[in-house]
Amino acid sequence: MSVLSLIVLLIVAFLAGVDVILDEWELAQPIVACTLVGMALGHIGEGVALGASLQLIALGWMNIGSAIPPDAAMASIVSAILVCGPAEVSVKEGIALAIPLAIAGQLLNIFVRTFVVFMSHVADNVAAEGNLRKLDAIHYLDMVVQGLRIAIPAYLVTIISTHAIQAAINSIPKVITQGLSIAGGFIVAVGFAMVINMMANNTVWPFFFIGFVLAGIKSLNLIGFGILGVCFALIYLQLSPQFNTTVAPADSKGAPSAEDDIDAALDDL
Amino acid sequence: MSEQEQTNKPNDGQLQLTRHDLTASFWRSGFLQGSWNYERVQNIGFCFQMEPTIKRLYGGDKKETAKAMKRHLTFMQTTPVMSSLIGGVMMAMEQQRANGEDVEDTMIQSLKVAMMGPLAGVGDPIYWATIRPVLGAFAASLALSGMGVVGPLVFFVVWNAIRLASRWYFQKLGYEQGLNVMHDLSGNLLQKFTLGASILGMFILGALVPRWTKVNMPLVISKVTANGHTTVTTLQDIFDQLMPGLAPLLLTFFCIWLLRKKVNAVWIIFILFALGIVGYMFHIFG
Repeated sequence: MSVLSLIVLLIVAFLAGVDVILDEWELAQPIVACTLVGMALGHIGEGVALGASLQLIALGWMNIGSAIPPDAAMASIVSAILVCGPAEVSVKEGIALAIPLAIAGQLLNIFVRTFVVFMSHVADNVAAEGNLRKLDAIHYLDMVVQGLRIAIPAYLVTIISTHAIQAAINSIPKVITQGLSIAGGFIVAVGFAMVINMMANNTVWPFFFIGFVLAGIKSLNLIGFGILGVCFALIYLQLSPQFNTTVAPADSKGAPSAEDDIDAALDDL
Repeated sequence: MSEQEQTNKPNDGQLQLTRHDLTASFWRSGFLQGSWNYERVQNIGFCFQMEPTIKRLYGGDKKETAKAMKRHLTFMQTTPVMSSLIGGVMMAMEQQRANGEDVEDTMIQSLKVAMMGPLAGVGDPIYWATIRPVLGAFAASLALSGMGVVGPLVFFVVWNAIRLASRWYFQKLGYEQGLNVMHDLSGNLLQKFTLGASILGMFILGALVPRWTKVNMPLVISKVTANGHTTVTTLQDIFDQLMPGLAPLLLTFFCIWLLRKKVNAVWIIFILFALGIVGYMFHIFG
């Protein structure tokens, strides 16, 4: 690995570490992070392939409330180094390795987020002085720690000898590697399940099944699905009585008056 | 700049945030979660976002600056994008307070607390559970179907366009409307948007589950030889005849069921790893 590659790689790792906590630019999402590592190491194709597969697995990893999800940055960056770097681990093995890496990253993240509690108290003291500049410094420092949380492990992985990595991977029995590679196709379902679990309610379930059945039409691509989905949403919102309360009274006013007419007619008889 | 300075101190010395302050807050808001911590979550980041406001309104006064910093270092937790709306309202409130209007410090704080929960309630499902996964899955399938770098590029550009536009619009809305924003929010608009986004998301997920979950079961169930032709029926064939994509669907429901039983997602992944290995050993999966 050339010095330039290494520097670019470490910058990417650092930014992914910062952004996985910020959750703003989404540089740490596997599809972006793995592609960037692939670019740094001159194997874009492998990076994109790994990133896309990991992206589907990580769909449901989100920062909600105080729960810390498996760490997308550690998983993407380190497994992309193994796949796109001189060790040339296969994409399938890279996917299997990404999961334990995500958990290792999650643990480190718990440490850092606990450390920042201490920094938060330092910030209180700074606030008491009314010193905005020091508050900035604290904030930047916290982000640097988050960046190093990924950049340091990334560097450590690059200094392990290629032979050691390959020997370690080759020593795993075939049953395990094949089984993990099969499971790689399964675990996408966990990501889907997490997202569905969050959105699902009685109103929206039917749309899931419409999508499921239409998936059988192979010529319908995702852009087509996007257009259909937006149309379904708009039609539902237009027709749903829940959002048409202003129209409903007008109708109900109309109905009794018609009945009144009939009543009057009946009275005449 | 001079133009802004003029509009800055027009009538009777009223303090007003400049366009520069609004832009600075907008950029700073993108660092909201940098100091995420277990105790007060996004507190430092929110104060960081409020800095241009604090500087403009209480700049020369250390005591007032300290008080303002303390107000904005309290517990803060919402969907990151929504911090722009809260920030906008806070900017309007702080401006009123600095101009001597009757705005109590406790009111600013309680308003922040009142806003962050409900806004996370709409923000999380829209941004985290719908836009990002749908876009991510879309980009991933572009990349996997041979489009390569287009996938990540589409993801990065579209996501950030949505995010930056949302942040800019929310901050503007909050600053201009101030407290009235709560009235706007209680209307149907956000509910409609959330429901519409979930319909789109569920529909797309319905399509993604059978397309991207790979379950292959080459286990041979029967082997019939008739007229010299051998017909092999595998477990996969049976599933496919029942309904294409049935196995991925059942697998997904199994995962949802486990999630509802409060099984950690990472454990579910390990359960599936075990299933893959055991299934391969007994030649059920391939």
